[in-house]
Amino acid sequence: MSLSLITLFLLSIMVFLGGQVLPGNVGRAILGPFADQRAVDALNHSLGVDRPLLTQYATWIWNFVRGDMGTSYIFRSPVAPFVIDALGNSMKLAAVAFVLVVPIGILGGVIAALNLNRPLDRIISLGGLSVTVLPEFVTGIILILIFGVWLRWLPISAAWPKDAGFFTQLYYLILPALPLFLVLFGYIARMARSGMIEALDSDYTRTAVLKGLPWRTVIWRHVLRNALLPTITVIATQTGYLIGGLVVIETLFRYQGIGSLIFTAARGKDFPMLESGILTIGIVYAVATLIADFLYSVLNPRIRLGTDQ
Amino acid sequence: MSAVQTTSPVRQDDTRRRSPAAEVLSSLMRSGTFLTGLAIVLFWVACALFGEHFAPYDPLADDIINALSPPSAEHWFGTDQIGRDVFSRVIVGSRDILTVAPLATLLATIAGTALGLLTGYFRGIVDDVVSRILEAFMAIPVVIVALLAIVALGTSKTTVIIVIGLSFAPIIARTVRSAVLAERELDYVAAAQLRHESAFHTMFVEILPNVIPPILVETTVRLGYAIFAVATLSFMGFGIQPPSPDWGLSISSNYGMIGGGFWWTVLFDALAIASLVIGVNLAADGVHGAFND
Repeated sequence: MSLSLITLFLLSIMVFLGGQVLPGNVGRAILGPFADQRAVDALNHSLGVDRPLLTQYATWIWNFVRGDMGTSYIFRSPVAPFVIDALGNSMKLAAVAFVLVVPIGILGGVIAALNLNRPLDRIISLGGLSVTVLPEFVTGIILILIFGVWLRWLPISAAWPKDAGFFTQLYYLILPALPLFLVLFGYIARMARSGMIEALDSDYTRTAVLKGLPWRTVIWRHVLRNALLPTITVIATQTGYLIGGLVVIETLFRYQGIGSLIFTAARGKDFPMLESGILTIGIVYAVATLIADFLYSVLNPRIRLGTDQ
Repeated sequence: MSAVQTTSPVRQDDTRRRSPAAEVLSSLMRSGTFLTGLAIVLFWVACALFGEHFAPYDPLADDIINALSPPSAEHWFGTDQIGRDVFSRVIVGSRDILTVAPLATLLATIAGTALGLLTGYFRGIVDDVVSRILEAFMAIPVVIVALLAIVALGTSKTTVIIVIGLSFAPIIARTVRSAVLAERELDYVAAAQLRHESAFHTMFVEILPNVIPPILVETTVRLGYAIFAVATLSFMGFGIQPPSPDWGLSISSNYGMIGGGFWWTVLFDALAIASLVIGVNLAADGVHGAFND
């Protein structure tokens, strides 16, 4: 947990430097090269960018924490509603990807481990590995061609009609979620597979088999529970990758999520929007890590935090 | 440099005649995975170097009248929206990515090795603080770092190399650090310290030659990710810039028309990226296997 807080702090420093310090004279950038120096100074003063860096950083963080994310340079209105809307959309997309990939990835890994070194294992392991190394936009393009252009099964854009219900939205989200699914599938299946192999090879599994428990019970009660612990950690660490992938996928499918929000903001040099978007992503990441730590301790009786002794 | 040739104390009980390097090389040459990957990569390197000579058309020459024509005998892969020959562009399109990605990997390797040697050799508070910061930094997706850097520094190949190089350096540093932690307990390091060699000498002349294998493995793996990252950044418009026939860039400028059924303007570039990434990963897998047998 402390590590994700350091990450968040580091990210906030980078965002601050990248968005507020390195681009130079903000007032000059807004008013243009021909504006009067006094006007530039006045604007800089009213924006607060002529104050000491530490003060600026503290004010920025304090305002963010209170929900004041500043005013967008492009839309000339508060940033917060944009960020909240976009975050909601991204969560939907990520949720579809996660709901698909976690059970299927774990199942794939378990099946591979139970068929160790047989053809089924080879197919799952090699297939998982090769789709994992491909950039999301490459698998995205190929999937769009197959399911959107040639078979015409799924819409090629994620922009659903207005007032679309839950299932219509879901229908529009399947194709964008698939590339994310493919990238994550390989990692999760590989972790589940190696966790399974280790658990199957352990003394407690041998004991369970030798004391005459049915194979099914051994797998469910003894092997799976121990095998899936490392997998949960991996799923949590993949949140970072998932967020990076969202930026690409949302751009490819023209989806109004947090990824395309920071992408558009970066292109338009809309610094308040960019900074708030990235910082929001950092907070989501830190929360995801916290939830993973909690789940890990719930599932692993050996480290039940604070309750035992 | 002499330390490179002399066998380190760990390997003195090695009874095999051949040097470790020859052993690894012969293992590589017997690895089907490595040779397949190498063949794919060498194919694209050849295209990058000599592509212009066997590409049927000038990859940059437009021909508006024949724009968006589907694959045919004249244009094997069809033409794009301003009539440029897709086949020629795919062949020459490997050039920029095969320059930028290896340079980024090289930067990551140099910076990561230096950091890994420093943190692993000195340990203590420096190691604690630096390692924590590096670990925290690793959690930030490359795309986000790139967005910030490009807003602050502007788009250029140099920016892309620096962003990817610095993003990957902590990962290489972690690998080098753990190798150094094991090495520094060995007698040859104690001997160097007793001779009052400088810390710099001990790290870079004594220890470095002995941690080359993990560095090589990590570098080949990173190269695969660097190609992934360069292609993605070019697709986002933050990497290689027009009029380069770069694959990611071509996809980015043509995928808008994908709904119109012009599949040939993006499919071949996508397959080219996929083959290069898989090739590098196969080769990396082979290298990993050869060093860990």
